Amino acid sequence: MNGIHDMGGMQDMGPIDYDPHEPVFHETWEGRAWALMRTTGGFGPARRRNFRYELEILPPADYLRMSYYERFFKTLVDRLLSGNAITQTELDSGHPDAGSPRATPPVTPAVVDAQLARRGSLRRDDVHVKPRFKIGQHVRARNMNPVGHTRLPRYVRARRGTIVRDHGVFNLQDTNADGYTLGPKPQHVYTVRFSARELWGDHVSVRDSVCADLWEDYLEHA
Amino acid sequence: MSKPAEGPIDRREFLKGAAALAPQAAGTQQQDDHLHHDHQIVPADIALRVKALESLLIEKGMVDPAALDAVVDAYERKIGPRNGARVVARAWSDSAYRRRLLADGTAAVAELGYGGSQAEHMVVLENTPKVHNLVVCTLCSCYPWPVLGLPPTWYKSAPYRSRAVIDPRGVLKEFGLELGEDVEIRVWDSTADVRYLVLPERPAGTDNLSEDELAALVTRDAMVGVANVLPPRKAGTA
Repeated sequence: MNGIHDMGGMQDMGPIDYDPHEPVFHETWEGRAWALMRTTGGFGPARRRNFRYELEILPPADYLRMSYYERFFKTLVDRLLSGNAITQTELDSGHPDAGSPRATPPVTPAVVDAQLARRGSLRRDDVHVKPRFKIGQHVRARNMNPVGHTRLPRYVRARRGTIVRDHGVFNLQDTNADGYTLGPKPQHVYTVRFSARELWGDHVSVRDSVCADLWEDYLEHA
Repeated sequence: MSKPAEGPIDRREFLKGAAALAPQAAGTQQQDDHLHHDHQIVPADIALRVKALESLLIEKGMVDPAALDAVVDAYERKIGPRNGARVVARAWSDSAYRRRLLADGTAAVAELGYGGSQAEHMVVLENTPKVHNLVVCTLCSCYPWPVLGLPPTWYKSAPYRSRAVIDPRGVLKEFGLELGEDVEIRVWDSTADVRYLVLPERPAGTDNLSEDELAALVTRDAMVGVANVLPPRKAGTA
């Protein structure tokens, strides 16, 4: 989806707001919201939408206005509601509905470290897929504008680049318009280097470049 | 959702309009001083809403408050840029480790005990006098948590995400780093599962420093690529 999240190459977003003494969490609620996110993965709908897509479909003005943790908190609440893990009445009252079942917390202090260290890779070392492209080969990022979630940023579409790394086989993350995966579609992911001039024109440094990690489905022979 | 005023307006005006509408949209009273602040604006009741959800989930037996404390503690004390600094210092001190780190970042980082969520596939990028690497995630906020911790606000913000790819020299200048035209800048947009860590150049005059002393010089910003590591004399301000 050509959404507000796809920001690469936009201008006029203002100066970078740098705070050299920034704490990990600015306020207590940020840490609590983050911890809730990291410990409630077992609750929610059985069939999950892509979590990044859930953030991307926020209305653009809201996306820009909300802080990172506020966006995550909103998607957490939506997920718990849509999976019937909590009800709107409970959310409004702050208390469990009468007669609602009581769960046992799946994440206890003893397992937190293991939980945080868990690998969540989409790499498919279990399947053998022949790569279509080789390191050093010239490719073009496809000109496509899918309505679902994609990891192909707008600013590289239809641009020519060179394969500089092959990272192996990963599941494709792209989704349909409802945010559900198009299927694992295991395929090679490559780092593609685009010269800055190919992306932005002649006024930028001839030396500079931008590398993006792209699934094979995003690429064609140049 | 309400729309900003009709007619052509530029993005800055649009953003200002969105910020001004936000309190109405969220149904909260917005403090005036927040509107003059550069930070993204947070409705005043977000802290209460988070607290309410936490107590509801505790009452329903879905979360253990002590587990929440442990998660917060882990990200505040254990999972942070000191980990990445140890990786960099080891690479500076041990050339065999440096080679392993550049060849297979995931395995070499794991040698020091770091790995897991958001560091499943680590690639380490070496800065040289002729090549400067800069890491961004234009689509969201991908960042190698186990070695750098959670990303700072600026890394997740629209100004950095939008401009790092189109104007890296301008962005670096904003961070106080002016690079010569003879230096090649490589920007790495974390669009897939690979997470990047910059191996900064070892500053001059550090030959006699121990690995721990070297690690103390290494900053998060240098490992993202928005700064260089300063020699010991100048460090302390960064």
